Amino acid sequence: MTDETPVLSLKDLHVGIDGNNILHGINLNIAPGEIHAIMGRNGSGKTTAAATIMGHPDYEINSGAILLNGEDLLELEAWERARKGVFLSFQYPQSVPGLQVGHFLRKSVASIRGDEAAKGPAFRDALKSAMEEVSIPRSFLSRYVNDGFSGGEKKRFEILQLMLLKPRLAILDETDSGLDIDGIRVVSRGINAAIRGSESGALIITHYSRILEHVKPDYVHVLIKGKIVKSGGPELALELEEKGYEWLQ
Amino acid sequence: MTMEEARGAVGDYSVGWHDPEHSTIRFDSGLSEEVVRKISEIKNEPAWMTEIRVKAYHHFTKRDMPGFGDRAALEGIKFDEVCYYLRSSDATEKDWDDVPDDIRNTFDRLGIPEAEQKWLSGVTAQYESEAVYHSIREDLEAQGVLFLDMDSGLKQYPDIVKKYFCSVIPYQDNKFSALNTAVWSGGSFIYVPKGVKVEMPVQAYFRINAKNMGQFERTLIIADEGSSIHYVEGCTAPTYSTDSLHSAVVELVALDGAHIRYSTIQNWSANVYNLVTKRGIAHRDASIEWIDGNIGSKLTMKYPSVILKGEGAHAEVISIAYAGKGQHQDAGAKVHHLASNTTSKILSKSISKDGGRGSYRGMVTVASKAENCKLNVVCDALILDDQSQTDTYPTMEVANASARCEHEASVSKVSDDQVFYLMSRGHSEEEALAMIVNGFFEPFTRELPMEYAVELNKLMALEMEGSIG
Ligand SMILES: Nc1ncnc2c1ncn2[C@@H]1O[C@H](COP(=O)(O)OP(=O)(O)OP(=O)(O)O)[C@@H](O)[C@H]1O
Ligand SMILES: [Mg+2]
Repeated sequence: MTDETPVLSLKDLHVGIDGNNILHGINLNIAPGEIHAIMGRNGSGKTTAAATIMGHPDYEINSGAILLNGEDLLELEAWERARKGVFLSFQYPQSVPGLQVGHFLRKSVASIRGDEAAKGPAFRDALKSAMEEVSIPRSFLSRYVNDGFSGGEKKRFEILQLMLLKPRLAILDETDSGLDIDGIRVVSRGINAAIRGSESGALIITHYSRILEHVKPDYVHVLIKGKIVKSGGPELALELEEKGYEWLQ
Repeated sequence: MTMEEARGAVGDYSVGWHDPEHSTIRFDSGLSEEVVRKISEIKNEPAWMTEIRVKAYHHFTKRDMPGFGDRAALEGIKFDEVCYYLRSSDATEKDWDDVPDDIRNTFDRLGIPEAEQKWLSGVTAQYESEAVYHSIREDLEAQGVLFLDMDSGLKQYPDIVKKYFCSVIPYQDNKFSALNTAVWSGGSFIYVPKGVKVEMPVQAYFRINAKNMGQFERTLIIADEGSSIHYVEGCTAPTYSTDSLHSAVVELVALDGAHIRYSTIQNWSANVYNLVTKRGIAHRDASIEWIDGNIGSKLTMKYPSVILKGEGAHAEVISIAYAGKGQHQDAGAKVHHLASNTTSKILSKSISKDGGRGSYRGMVTVASKAENCKLNVVCDALILDDQSQTDTYPTMEVANASARCEHEASVSKVSDDQVFYLMSRGHSEEEALAMIVNGFFEPFTRELPMEYAVELNKLMALEMEGSIG
């Protein structure tokens, strides 16, 4: 290991669900300021990896380790990981009828960044500019979390949360799917601003090279059947787009 | 709000403490014609009231238990062990300082005097059988608004009481309305004169302190033409191992164009049988709204009703029920459309958890001569675990084909993915559940005065605590 502790370190991670082994030994290091991308077929285990890092209780870790800034996360629940700086932008964000967006955002900022960050004009200003950035109208503040949101609105709302929660590690699970062209630009801008030159890192799960043209990942990893079979630079994404996954098997 | 703050603010069934029992008159347990006559005599009532009481008593003794709801629990009520009358204070005071210390202490701890100063038009506080405190803002009094405890109402305005008492709910309505009519004590009497709009709510607070107590308050609200009033009631009791019985009757009369909103947050301890009959009559263009929250009690059976008697009248019943361990909430609503162009909306939401049972029982009827009525019924149930139960018994009897009826029902469970989503935003599992539950109740909560809404959210957060195995 270099003198810089990685933001995220996966060590020979084996994960199963309901007795089925899904991930078969994943190794990955994301250094501060780095953005990594994972691509791979449907069902290859991308969401499994994301949910495992976030701490979904249904996934069983059979062996291996997950370190955030060198600290072992395995014993921590999802909310504790969130407070340590892990953020997941969900492939399928859940709706919570009756829970107002404004209230939810304030409570989430308070629990992750502390009460001070969720108070007063500072919070209001941050909220206002982040909402403008992701083009979510003010009227959404009194709507219910993800309730009746369009596919793209849900993804923009995930990015709004990313911007307000300021995580150390941002995992984006197909945030670009369902977003329009402007949306992809907005998300990319948000990620670049949050990660580049900072202490944070990002892991972007995607099927398309388009978002990667905007964020220019440091590394692209290909996941097939629960294993990383190839890693490379941004050019690997283009190659995959052209050739598919067949040649890697 | 954090869990610590919630605990600090509310405590574990925070209202479950009890003060030393303090009585100036306590009847022996059990009911007889003599007891009924005695109550009437102590209160110095007119003969007609004594007579109704006695008739109601005899009806009660002959009348069967309701044929629905929790039959087994109902059979468990030991009428012989109930104390039917307990007076703790000799007078109803107008100044908190004159209320006996230990009783005042109770209401102080419940935050009542403070609330009165801040946002209420009037307050009545009932302790056991009698109102111990009563006040109304002077400007309302000057406008002719009457807001008294029911006993004083009967003394000072016998004609109005005689005209309306039992006019909406006859004592023969059911076994518990008969019981209440026989032994009623306390409750509120309100008359709002023509055209007077009471902007801020008036509140009644009901507290049972003694063991094996029966509380039988009787409330009558008359809103004269074009007037409006919002009445709020809250109920608590200490947690004893023996059961108490709360059996109220509430009658509302909304004359032409009047508006009555009646909000309840019932948080009786889990040893209280809460068997209440509530009904209102809405005349032409009047509207009656029941906002009914049931959190506590062992068994609640309560179906706030509205009779839409005048053309253009409107009824709304928005209720929530939370059934936790050992609780059965059998709640719902009834609306009868007797006149044309009347509209009604029923929204019922129940949550069951830790083996609790929430039942929705509803009845909407449209009379054959009532044209162009609109009915909307929505009932949603949320089940938090596999031991808990929900059931719905909706009935619609529509005898006029022009009616437009909408009915929706849903039963849902909290999904793991929903909880995980909230946890990934830094909220513990308990906090996540509280967010989901409070969200589910939100259509109800937003109808409450803000102070109550905040309190209810804290209460539900507390109910979710310690629930994670
Ligand atoms: N409870 C379960 N029992 C058995 N298999 C499961 C279970 N949950 C997920 N899987 C399987 O695990 C595999 C990996 O799923 P995962 O969601 O991680 O894929 P993915 O790479 O994110 O796919 P996509 O690109 O479609 O989002 C899939 O084959 C899926 O069917
Ligand atoms: Mg996936």
